[in-house]
Amino acid sequence: MAEERGMNQRIKNLRKISTETQPSVDLERAKIETDFYKENEGKYSVPVMRAMFFKKYMEEKTLYLGDDELIVGEKGSRPQACPTFPEICTHTVEDMEIMNARDLVSFSVTLEDIELEREEIIPFWKGKSTREHLLERMTPEWKECYAEGIWTEFMEQRGPGHTCGGKNVFIKGFEDYKKEIQEALDALDFLNDPEAYEKAEELKAMAIDCDAICILGERYRKLALEKAAEEKNPQRKKELEQIAENCAVVPAHKPQTYWQALQHYWFVHLGVTTELNPWDAFSPGRLDQHLYPYYEADTEAGLLDDYHALELLECLWVKFYNQPAPVKVGVTLKESGTYTDFANINTGGIKEDGSDGVNAVSYLILDCMDELKLVQPNSNVQISKKTPTRFLKRALEISRKGWGQPAFYNTDEIVQELLNAGKSLLDARQGGSSGCVETGSWGNEAYILTGYMNIPKILQMTLYDGFDTYSGKQLGLHLGNAEDFKSYDELFDAFSKQLNYFVDLKVRGNNVIENIFAKEMPAPFLSIVTNDCISKGKDYNAGGARYNTRYIQGVGIGTVTDMMTAIKYNVFEKKKFTMAELKKAMEDNFQGHEDIFSMVHDKTPKYGNDDDYADDVMQSIFTLYRDTITDRPTVCGGKYRVDMLPTTCHVYFGDVLLATPNGRLAHVPVSEGISPEKSADVNGPTAVIKSCAKMDHISTGGTLLNQKFTPSVVKGEKGLDNMASLVRSYFAMDGHHIQFNVIDKQTLLEAQKHPEDYKDLIVRVAGYSDYFRNLDKALQDEIINRTEQSFD
Amino acid sequence: MHYITNIQKFSIHDGDGIRTTVFFKGCKLRCQWCHNPETQNFKPEIQYDSDKCTGCGRCVNACPNGALSFSQAAPGEAPTVVTDQSKCQLCGRCVDVCPQCARDIIGKEYSVPSLVKEIMKDRMFYEDSGGGVTLSGGEVMAMDRDYLVRLCQALHRQGIDITIDTCGEAPWETYEAIIPYVHTWLYDIKTLDDGLHRKYIGAGNQLILDNLKKLAAAGERIYIRIPVVKEVNGTEESMRDVIRFLGENHIAPPQINLLPYHDTGKSKYPRLGREYEAENLHAPDNEEMQSFVKMFNEAGYGNVKIGG
Repeated sequence: MAEERGMNQRIKNLRKISTETQPSVDLERAKIETDFYKENEGKYSVPVMRAMFFKKYMEEKTLYLGDDELIVGEKGSRPQACPTFPEICTHTVEDMEIMNARDLVSFSVTLEDIELEREEIIPFWKGKSTREHLLERMTPEWKECYAEGIWTEFMEQRGPGHTCGGKNVFIKGFEDYKKEIQEALDALDFLNDPEAYEKAEELKAMAIDCDAICILGERYRKLALEKAAEEKNPQRKKELEQIAENCAVVPAHKPQTYWQALQHYWFVHLGVTTELNPWDAFSPGRLDQHLYPYYEADTEAGLLDDYHALELLECLWVKFYNQPAPVKVGVTLKESGTYTDFANINTGGIKEDGSDGVNAVSYLILDCMDELKLVQPNSNVQISKKTPTRFLKRALEISRKGWGQPAFYNTDEIVQELLNAGKSLLDARQGGSSGCVETGSWGNEAYILTGYMNIPKILQMTLYDGFDTYSGKQLGLHLGNAEDFKSYDELFDAFSKQLNYFVDLKVRGNNVIENIFAKEMPAPFLSIVTNDCISKGKDYNAGGARYNTRYIQGVGIGTVTDMMTAIKYNVFEKKKFTMAELKKAMEDNFQGHEDIFSMVHDKTPKYGNDDDYADDVMQSIFTLYRDTITDRPTVCGGKYRVDMLPTTCHVYFGDVLLATPNGRLAHVPVSEGISPEKSADVNGPTAVIKSCAKMDHISTGGTLLNQKFTPSVVKGEKGLDNMASLVRSYFAMDGHHIQFNVIDKQTLLEAQKHPEDYKDLIVRVAGYSDYFRNLDKALQDEIINRTEQSFD
Repeated sequence: MHYITNIQKFSIHDGDGIRTTVFFKGCKLRCQWCHNPETQNFKPEIQYDSDKCTGCGRCVNACPNGALSFSQAAPGEAPTVVTDQSKCQLCGRCVDVCPQCARDIIGKEYSVPSLVKEIMKDRMFYEDSGGGVTLSGGEVMAMDRDYLVRLCQALHRQGIDITIDTCGEAPWETYEAIIPYVHTWLYDIKTLDDGLHRKYIGAGNQLILDNLKKLAAAGERIYIRIPVVKEVNGTEESMRDVIRFLGENHIAPPQINLLPYHDTGKSKYPRLGREYEAENLHAPDNEEMQSFVKMFNEAGYGNVKIGG
């Protein structure tokens, strides 16, 4: 029986519908799009065509206005109905059968859906989707690396996006945007500007999209009025009339109230996420700061109290949860195997002038998060040195309940990251992290993730002359086998060449893909709300944003560090065994090589213990990775940067990797984020944090660190103080992000069964804390039985 | 000489804030319930975990001194390894070759600079949390006085908060020598009954109580910690004695911890080739523990906690 949550019966009802409805595929969008394209193909320029279809969808899509709702609008025709995007990725019949049948992240598909897909969608889009264009245009080398798990490709099934709304989203209506667009059109110089025509088409498309979203608002106004007319309950009737009144104002005009501001954001959110299927959906940026002026004015005027302010937030939260991530298949599902679409609400941080940004709405957002306990939207808090400790501790109180939210971001460090990447101070202060941990200047920047890079696998291939032992294919350069390298420096040099080779291959592919999206798949709606697209007359996907960044995300820094350290320490320095002996042990998955296994696994310095021997190796590999990528130019005039995060890709990357020199066995996941290799850290959380802080976070675009605790370690006021100190200390050392896993009973049972995987798990024993693995079975049992306590 | 068995980071129950606890090796007392028996002996020793041992014999073959041999195993069971301590030179070869990590040398020497360096690694965390270092053991006060003074001076110079966790069984001169550098003392009292003290702890309590009186008279900040064992001091009478002692000597601890007995150290004894003597000891039940807290509260001691 699922837990009922929500501040009142209304929210409980909404949340129940949202969490208990099985996600399903919704082909309405695909059908309208296919019909429209069949009829109009070739008649208009690409952006105008996109916009005209978008308008058609807004005119015709099925509206949903559920009982109890205060915020209206769905991406599909009902909650948990997931539109498809055949222009990006045309699902095959087999895809649809699999998504219906698979155990995890499944979507129900009806026979009619399959029929429609087979008879109408597939025949029209065959050969036309960006996925097909993209794969067709990649080189054989690219395809092989992609197939064997050297990297993933973000744009294979989804559009670029990776951004958050800025302040504009909350203070401008689409009639305002339309005026700006008209001014930009009027200013075009068809005599001297060779791009004037292209710009005009893009701007026309944006103007059509303004109309489109206003049509959706108007349709909801009418629907709410119709429902109000039929409504018997006077209270609900009043609500419906208010919804109608809200939709008469937004999205066409600037919101006038707190409620309208939330509804306005939601219309923008729907626009961005139905125009295309961009990664990370869309997010409202600093929701608390954007809402605060409305909250203050309404409260002052006696129109709003905290109860209703919170209720509206909870309604918005459920709306986010109603939207599962667009259906993924294949490798893309492996790198991101979740319904979560990474909309990420940032709370706290600083204001434009650099002062503390925490306000009354910030605390309401924390209450909302705590009350609803929904994994979507992803929620985080931004902590600067100015953030009140009360706010930090309230956030930690929620975090230690053990379900991973909110995450903690270092505002001061993020500002430095953005300045280092060339943003103005003002734009840097308006930035933050979205998606998982990626840094960007909100409302001003397209910061697009292009794929994960399997760094451990590249080192592994370096040991085998560029040969991939997993696939049996020569994927890398011929630079010799590990036995041929006479020194650690020679090995490192070969690794550096291999890495550079693979990054070159990846970027070559990216350049093609960037072109495909710039030319064939513009996003004029997202462009409207992103600064400088209108004034430049340029699409978001073609470099219209003020700043344009492309990320390649490094995965497995913990694993690759320990691999390299194991070789350096045992083979080159202590000469405990030869490279050939180590490779033989690896090839046998360490079976029958207990001595070598023990040395590399248990008797070698490891990353994550504040041991400079291993941490120096981490720094050298991180620096190499960063410098191999950073500042390469992108097609649209931006720069490449790195971030260090995996989503669920560390599992996939581990699966395509045989046993590694550090004693990691074949197919076991590689390390996650910038965390140490599993069970490699044995000196507790401060040592992990110290090791992680040795990475130069400011030169990245985000890093991810998970910390595990049992509830008893972080219990009580003192536990909260200790967590706060860990956060403040890590952030003082310029750490980017930290989140806490407070471990439950189930995990302890696992830890008892597989102690080797939980070497770093600390538990409170009796007046002291100890490593779980160090305890007797009887004592473990006792702790397992006592840890099931809650902080409620 | 002075050896260290463990340097524990993120230590959150041995004083204020986030601390690093240094466990020194060697203690003159022999509390039967000691949960860190590896810190009792002043010399390094080999620890051997027969549960992990597969009987592969690598250690027996590797020992250059012939100190290791197989025990007589029961039929069907893997033989275990026996160490002849008189032959063992603690060279560590057996530890290096053991693929199961069943063997370990307990006790490592640290120079003052190397220990300070290790402690300074978590400086950032001490600063934000109001933590620091806790020197514990074993009995840190039983270590070489000159070494301790140099260590405390070096830490004090860099602003590191020093807490000393002591059982009191050490020369007063050592206490006196480091008073200027120590912020807080965690001071154990077991029982005022000298006879019981001798029986269960292996020494009388005179020196311990004298040192406590002197520390208090010197105006030091002292947390009192009382391991509570039903058979030894888990009685109202025993608690009353402690309360009376504190009152008579004008000791007003900012914090008192009543630490109920637990047998978590039990499995360590066989690894050291020793027997666990505390099989028949027990913790008072929770109700009794609460009543002890109440006694302290009624006597005017406010901050009394069960546990660390």
